[in-house]
Parts: sequence; structure tokens; C-alpha cells
Amino acid sequence: MTDTVIDVEALCKSFKTTKVLSGVDFQVQRGEIFALLGSNGAGKTTTIKILSTLLQPDSGSASVCGFDVVRDPKKVRECISLTGQFTAVDGLLTGRENLRMIARLRGVMDVNRTADTLLARFGLTTAANRRVNTYSGGMARRLDIAMSLVGTPAVLFLDEPTTGLDPEARLEVWQTVRDLAGGGTTILLTTQHLEEAEQLADKIAILHGGQLIAEGTLSELKKLFPPAKVEYIEKQPSLEEIFLAIVGGKVGK
Amino acid sequence: MKVIRDTGILFTRSMYHIFRSPDTILTVAITPVAIMLLFVYVFGGAIQTGEGNYVNYLLPGILLIAIASGISYTAVRLFSDVQTGFFQRMHSMPIARSSVLWGHVLTSLFSNALSVTLIVLVAFLMGFRPAAGVLQWLAVVGILALFTLALTWVAVIPGLCAKTAEGAGVFSYPLIFLPFISSAFVPTASMPTAVRIFAEHQPVTSIVDTVRSLLLSQPVGNGIWVALAWCLGIAAVAYFFAMRVYRRFF
Ligand SMILES: Nc1ncnc2c1ncn2[C@@H]1O[C@H](COP(=O)(O)OP(=O)(O)OP(=O)(O)O)[C@@H](O)[C@H]1O
Ligand SMILES: [Mg+2]
Repeated sequence: MTDTVIDVEALCKSFKTTKVLSGVDFQVQRGEIFALLGSNGAGKTTTIKILSTLLQPDSGSASVCGFDVVRDPKKVRECISLTGQFTAVDGLLTGRENLRMIARLRGVMDVNRTADTLLARFGLTTAANRRVNTYSGGMARRLDIAMSLVGTPAVLFLDEPTTGLDPEARLEVWQTVRDLAGGGTTILLTTQHLEEAEQLADKIAILHGGQLIAEGTLSELKKLFPPAKVEYIEKQPSLEEIFLAIVGGKVGK
Repeated sequence: MKVIRDTGILFTRSMYHIFRSPDTILTVAITPVAIMLLFVYVFGGAIQTGEGNYVNYLLPGILLIAIASGISYTAVRLFSDVQTGFFQRMHSMPIARSSVLWGHVLTSLFSNALSVTLIVLVAFLMGFRPAAGVLQWLAVVGILALFTLALTWVAVIPGLCAKTAEGAGVFSYPLIFLPFISSAFVPTASMPTAVRIFAEHQPVTSIVDTVRSLLLSQPVGNGIWVALAWCLGIAAVAYFFAMRVYRRFF
């Protein structure tokens, strides 16, 4: 089943003197995890802002769920959810109140259950009734992602979702993303963490100089480079493996 | 309707903010109360207003000062929502866009009403004795609400454009000063001609005089229409520019 959910064609965007996007094209199919990579300032956030109707493109077109982001922004907003690059939570409300507010705004039927389920999923149950400005950065970020999942949107934009998260929380987010994609949610994420793209993404695109200079599955991208040399080396555990072995089992602080 | 529902949800959210940081209400009330104490107990004896009870004369101007300083918090709350990305989150959601602003506007009306009530209670303790009936009280509430609404839309503009929280709040200082050059503290007749002309033609004088007449159950004359025209005029112009800024930035 090929079913294009995000369709971007010849997208261009400049800010005053800086040309950020100059002709970006890509498609994302239903249930796919699409990772957008690129150096700082490459235009990843700009692309996501255009797709989530926060910014108008200069030219080209972009549609989400079949609706044009410029002509039909309301319809687009009905099927998307955004976790921006910077955590956007209400510090004076508790974690639970933040989730309930979003659930009410999205017209979710069972506000309390939605909040409780998400709090549990992101290991925030014990912190649920604390004001968010007492949370650690990573906890606030987890709440931020949880807030984007309220109301099970069809398309999820995650702008560097795991930056600042500890390895366990990151694995938790990865698992959530996989589960959502398995359930048919389409996910566009950006990351600086290349392992994240390797682990998660069905398709990877690299944004550079305003254009996508490479796009494809991981194995397609690997074919662009000379075949890997075979070398025999002793396999040392990575620091991540050590960290997880030591703190393992203590999920949900 | 969706706008009303969403505005209600966002208003409830801001109410949590207000009740969790009640200092914003107290701070807004304290300075006007201090000015009131100062004028009644220090300068009051030397001021001739033709009204025996100086608290009765003074209170309307004090309330306007409170509102003018209260709306700086409206600007700061808006600024903080822009800054933290809360606006961005709201704008990517399927909600009625204008509810994001209206939530703040209602909050402004409500929090200023709290400060004003607090000051009126203090005034009662200091000997404020109004003669107004129910209708006159309603008219007073209406005019003060309209004045708050007008200044709130003024506050939206720096709230959306400011680069720092201080910058968002600072615009209210000249507004706080306006009542001093009006009939709020002394009758304009005692002022030098140039100052008097300014005082008699700026909005605060007509609003203060109208509110005072209503509270003391005296005839308001044409002044009430001038006061209403000022409030509605400021509200309309500020609303127009605030919406322009809003559309430009978001
Ligand atoms: N509102 C704006 N006004 C002016 N320039 C902007 C604006 N937003 C972004 N830019 C510029 O556009 C370019 C791309 O920014 P963008 O945030 O999309 O990059 P990014 O790929 O997300 O980078 P990072 O990895 O650092 O998050 C940068 O050069 C940035 O300075
Ligand atoms: Mg970015």
C-alpha cells in the first residue's frame, strides 16, 4: 500500500538575506518513519515549521494528509502534532494539568485517562502532580513529547526529540515512535544523533545547502559509499551498553 | 462554539497562573493603595476639592492607576507565552486561533477586577462612602471594564513584539502617570492654563469625573459619552493594531 501522507515539492524559503531552502522535494508514506538530517542551520526546523503551518513557504508546495499547508492550514492542523525543537510546556501547571489542557483543547473524550496513560508511558506518574518548572530538563522534554501524542494524531513531527534525554528515556522514546509507526502514524523527525536515524528511520534524507543531497533507506545510502572493509576487532562494550547495564531496570524515575 | 470553548480552556489555564502567583494581584494593588494613603493622609489636608471626603474624590483615579499598572502583567504573560513556545504549540493545534489571545484578554479583565476590588475594600476602611445605587454601580463596573479592555489591547502589542520581559512591561509607565495630570487628584481649575488644557482633554479626566459622579450619585452630564468614546476609541484602534501585529508574527 503506497499512500503518500507528506508531499513536499520544490519547497523554497528565505529569511531576508539567508536562503534556507532552495527546492526541497520528498514524500513520506503512511506509517513510515522519515528522518531528516543536516548540520546546524541546514533548515530542518524551517521545513518542520512549514509543514506544521507555523511558517509560510516562499514558493513550492507542501501537503499533509492531502491538504495544502498554505490553502488549508486548518485541515492540516487537524491531522498533525508537533514537538518543537525547544520544549514548550507550561511551567506553572503540573504535568497532569498540562496533558489535561491539551486533551481538552483537542476534544479528547476521556481527558483523565488520556493524561494518566501518557504519564505512565513516559515515566512521569510520580511527578504528575508537581509543577513542571520543578522538573529536570529531560523530564520536561518527555512531558513535551507526551503532550504531542494526545489525541493520536495521524502525523507526528518531532524536531530533535531526544536531545537532552538520558539513554533510557531515549530508548523509551524510540520504542514509542516504533509503536506509533506500527499503528499507522506517520513520523517525520530530525536528529543530530545519527544512531537514532539508523535505529529508527525507514527512510533518511540529508539536507545540505538548501537541498536534499541524499535520500533513501539506510541500505540504499550505504550503497552510495564503497563497500565496507572487513576488519576483525575485539568487540568492546560501548559506553551506552555499560551505562544501561549499570542503571538498567531502574526505568521510570 | 469552538472559539468560546477554547478561550474558556485557556482562560482556566491562566487562572491557575494567577492563583499560583497571587503576588501579581498584590503588587498591582499595593502601589495604588500606597498612593492613596499618601494623598489622603499626607497631602489631602492641603487639597481643596469642594468634596468634603477626599477618599471619595480620589478613589476613581487610584483605580485607573491600578488598571494601568495591572495590564503590564498582561503584556508580560503574553510575552512569556511567545518566548516559551507555548504560542507555537497552540498554533500547530486544531484550535480556534483567536482563542489564544482572547484567553489572555479575559485573564486581564479578571485579574484587574481582583486588584480593583481589593483597593475598593481598602478605600472603605479609609472612609470611602459612596452614594451610588445598583444601576450606578453597574455603570461604574462597565466603564472600568471597558477601560481595562481598551488598555489590554494596547498591552497585547508590546506583549507580542517585545524582546525582553522588562520591555514588555515598561510601556505602562506613561499610562500610570496620566492620572496625575488629570482631575484625579486635584480639580483641573487649579492648574496653569497649558497643563489645564491638556488635563481637560485627555481620556483620564472624563473617565475619572464620570466614575466619581456615578459613585457619589451626582449627574454625569455629557461627560459619560466622552468617557465611553475614549474607551471605545482606544479599544478599537489598539485592537486593530494588535491584530495586525498578531497576523504578521504568527
Ligand atoms: N525567523 C527567522 N529569521 C531569520 N532567520 C531565520 C529564522 N529562522 C531560521 N532562520 C535561519 O534559517 C537557517 C535555518 O534554520 P533552522 O532552524 O531551520 O536550522 P536547523 O536545521 O533546524 O538547525 P539546528 O540543527 O541548529 O536546529 C539558519 O541560518 C537560521 O539562522
Ligand atoms: Mg532546528
